Amino acid sequence: MTSLSTAVAGTAARADRATVLRWTRDNGVYVALVLIVVYNVLFTPRFITWDNLDVQLVLCTRIVVVALGMAMVIGTAGIDLSVGAVMALSGALLVQFSGVPGVGAIALALVIGGLVGVLNGFLVGVVGIQPIVATLAFLFAGRSLAQLLLAGKNPSIHDKVILGISSGHVLGVNGLIIAALVAVGLVAFTVRRTNFGRQLLAVGDNARASYLSGVPVRRTLIGVYVLSGVLAAWAGVMDTASITSANALSSGLNYELFAITAVVVGGTPLTGGRVRVVGTVAAAILMQLLRSTLIFHSATDAVSQMVTAVVIVGAVYIQRVRARA
Amino acid sequence: MAELTTAGALPVLEARGVSKSFPGVKALSDVSITVRAGEVHALVGENGAGKSTLIKILTGVYQCDSGELRHRGEPVTFADPRAAQAAGISTIYQELDLVPMQSAARNLYLGREPRTRLRLVDFARMRREANALLDDYQIRADVDVPLNTLGLGTQQMISVARAVALHANVVIMDEPTSSLESREVETLFGIIRRLRSEGVAIVYVSHRLDELYRICDTVSVLRDGRLVHTGPMAELPRVQLVATMLGRELQTALHRSAPGGGDRIVAGPPVLELRGLTRRNRLHDVSLEVHRGEVVGLGGLLGAGRSETGMAVLGAQELDSGAVLVEGKPIRTGSPGAAIEAGVALLPEDRKLEGILPNLSIRDNIAIAALPRMSRLGLVSDKRIDQLVEHFMARLHIRATGPGQKVSTLSGGNQQKVMLARWLCLSPRVLVLDEPTRGIDVGAKFEVRQTIDELAAEGLAVLLISSETEELVDESDRIVVLKDGAVVAVLDGDDISEHDLVQAIAAVPSPEEDPTRD
Repeated sequence: MTSLSTAVAGTAARADRATVLRWTRDNGVYVALVLIVVYNVLFTPRFITWDNLDVQLVLCTRIVVVALGMAMVIGTAGIDLSVGAVMALSGALLVQFSGVPGVGAIALALVIGGLVGVLNGFLVGVVGIQPIVATLAFLFAGRSLAQLLLAGKNPSIHDKVILGISSGHVLGVNGLIIAALVAVGLVAFTVRRTNFGRQLLAVGDNARASYLSGVPVRRTLIGVYVLSGVLAAWAGVMDTASITSANALSSGLNYELFAITAVVVGGTPLTGGRVRVVGTVAAAILMQLLRSTLIFHSATDAVSQMVTAVVIVGAVYIQRVRARA
Repeated sequence: MAELTTAGALPVLEARGVSKSFPGVKALSDVSITVRAGEVHALVGENGAGKSTLIKILTGVYQCDSGELRHRGEPVTFADPRAAQAAGISTIYQELDLVPMQSAARNLYLGREPRTRLRLVDFARMRREANALLDDYQIRADVDVPLNTLGLGTQQMISVARAVALHANVVIMDEPTSSLESREVETLFGIIRRLRSEGVAIVYVSHRLDELYRICDTVSVLRDGRLVHTGPMAELPRVQLVATMLGRELQTALHRSAPGGGDRIVAGPPVLELRGLTRRNRLHDVSLEVHRGEVVGLGGLLGAGRSETGMAVLGAQELDSGAVLVEGKPIRTGSPGAAIEAGVALLPEDRKLEGILPNLSIRDNIAIAALPRMSRLGLVSDKRIDQLVEHFMARLHIRATGPGQKVSTLSGGNQQKVMLARWLCLSPRVLVLDEPTRGIDVGAKFEVRQTIDELAAEGLAVLLISSETEELVDESDRIVVLKDGAVVAVLDGDDISEHDLVQAIAAVPSPEEDPTRD
C-alpha cells in the first residue's frame, strides 16, 4: 500500500518535473531576458536610456538576422556553418561593386549569398553529404574569396544608400534595427504562413515520411539553405554599413557559432521539426545583454565567454530532457 | 514439445524455458530449443515472432529473464557477445559486423592477428593464411582490398569464413542469402554442408522456404514469442509449415465472404496497372491490375516483395524495368509527389519510420500531403485545413485531446487513423495499404477494416498488403501471392479461402519443378 502510493507520488513528481522542464524549455529564454533586464535596471547606472538600448539592440542585429536563417536550417535537422564567411564575402562584394548604385551592389550580394545556399542545399539535399561537412567547405571558401576580392585591403564604403542603413533612423529607431525587424517579419511569415514553412518542419521531423507524402524534400532543403545564405548576405550588408568598410578577416568571424547559440538557447531543438522565431530573437538579445552586463561590471571577455558556455550547456540540457520526455 | 529425433548427436547449444520481456511486450515466453552438432537448424517465424530476440539471447546480446542456456551440456550465461564468441558461438548478421574499411585479411583475423616475434602484426603470414582459408572454402576474393569494395555476397562469405577460422561450434546465420546471387547461394550451401560434416551446428534463419527444405535438417517455428513446433524439416510439409508460422489451423481455415463484397463495382479499364515490375534481387516481373471499387490483396511471406511492389506504385521503389500506370498514365519513379498528384496514396508498413511526423500535431500530420492543394500561391489556409482535419477526425473517430495534440503521444490505432486521414483528404483513386492493422488494438483494427470496405464501395482501387491471411481473405476480391519477388498465384472471387491462400503462400512446387530438393 505504502509502496504503491509512493510509486504513484513518484510518477506524479516525474510528470510535474517533465512539465516544469517543458515550460522552462519553451519560456526559459524569456524569463532569463526579463531577469537580466531587471538586474540591469536595478544595478547598472544609465541602463534605461534610449541611447543605451539603441546601442545594445544594434549590437545584436546582425546575429539576429544570421540566427533566423540558421533556425530554419536547424528546423530541417541541418546546420549551416558557412554563414560567417558569406557575411565577409557579402561585404567584399559591396565595396567592389559600390561603383554601381548601392541598391545594385546590395542586390548582387544577396544573390551571391543565395547561390552559396544553392550550393550548400545541393550538397545536402541532392548529393546527401552531412550538413556540417557540406557547409564547412564554404566556411573556408567564402572567406578566401572575400580575401581575394579585397586583396589585403580594408576599403571604406562611401555609398549613401548602404551607409544609410546604419546611420539612418526611422521614428528614432536605428536603421539596423529596422533591417533586422524586416528579416524577423519575413522569416516569421515564411515559417508560419507558407507551405514551404510547413514542409521544412515536416522534413526536419521525418524526412522519409515527408518524401513518401509527396513533400519535395530536395527542393525544400535547397530553399532553406538559400534563405540562410541570403540572410547571411543581408547581415553582411548590415555589418559593412555599420563599420563603414569591408574586412575579409574579421567581418562575420565566428558568426556561425553565435547564430547556433542563439537558436539553441532560443529553444529550437537541433533534432529538427521545430523553429522558434521569437525565441531565437530573444536569445540573441539575451546573449548580447549578458555580455554587456558582465563587461560593464568589470568581468573580462574571457569570463563572459565562460558564462556563454554555461548558458549553452543549460539550454542543451533542457532540450535533452525534451528528447526523453 | 516432441523431442528431436535426429540422430543421437550431442546437443551443442540449448535454451531451456527461456523468457524475455521488454517494457510492454513479452518477446519470448518459455522457449526451449536444442541445437545439435552437425545439424542445420531452421528457425522460422513471421515478424515479431521472437526470432531476433532468441538469437540475441543465444549470442549474449540480451540476457534472458528466466530459463537457462546450456552450452555442451553445461549451464552458461553469456554476459555479452564477446563471451558467446569466446565459447565458439559465431553470428553472421544481416548487417555485417565487420570493419568495412579494412582489408578482408584483417577482418578474418580481427582481434587475433598473427604476430611476429616483436609482437607486431605479421601481415605476410596473415595474408598467406587468409588466402589459404578462402581457397579451402572456394571463396574467391581479393584479401587485400577494403571489405566494402567487395560485393555484399563476398562480404557475407568472408563473414562465414571468419566464423570458421574462429573454430566456431555454433554458427548462427540470419537471412544469409538475402543479398546473394543464386551462384553465391550455391557456394554458401557448399560451405554449410562442409561445416555440418565437420560437426558444426548451424542455426539458419530465413524466409525462403525452398532454401529451408534444401539445406536444413531440423526446424523450429516461433509465433508470438512461443515455440509452436520443433522437429525434422522433412517431416513438416510446406503447407503445414506456413500454416504453423501464420497461426492458421488448416481445418478451421474456412472461407468467409468479403463484407459488402457483392456490391462492389468491378468494371471498366483498370485504375491501377503494374506491368512487369523488375528490380534485381527484389522483384521479378510483377504484373497486376486493380479496378475501380476492387480490393486486391497482396499476400506472401516477409521478404516476398510485397512492400517493394507497394512502394513502386508510389514511385518510391527503384526499378530496373517495368511500369506503373494509373488510369493508363505511367507514374514516374523517384517522385512520390507526382504519383500523389496522379491519385496514388500509400499507407506505409513502418508507421514510425515512414509514416508519422512524430513531433508535429495531428493537424500538420493530416495536412502535409494535401498542402499543395489546400493553398493559394504557396500560402497556407489554416481555415481550410482546420475544416478538413475536423471532418476526418470525426469520420475516422480519431480520439485525441484536439487537432493540436502531438502525434507521437497517440495510440498506435489512432496514429494509423491519422495516417489514413492524411491520404483520404486527397480523395485518391488508388490506395495502397501496407499492413494497415499491424500493431493496433482490436477495436481500431475493426474500424480500419470497416474504412477499407467503405472506401472500396466508394469506388477506390485498393491494394491491400497484409501478413494476416484472415484479413486478406476477408477484405480482398482477389489475392495476388508473391514469393521471392515474383507472382506465384492469383486467387479469385469465390475460390478464396484461407486454406488456398496458405497453400499458395507455401507455393508447393510440383515434383518436376523441384529439382533442387536434395
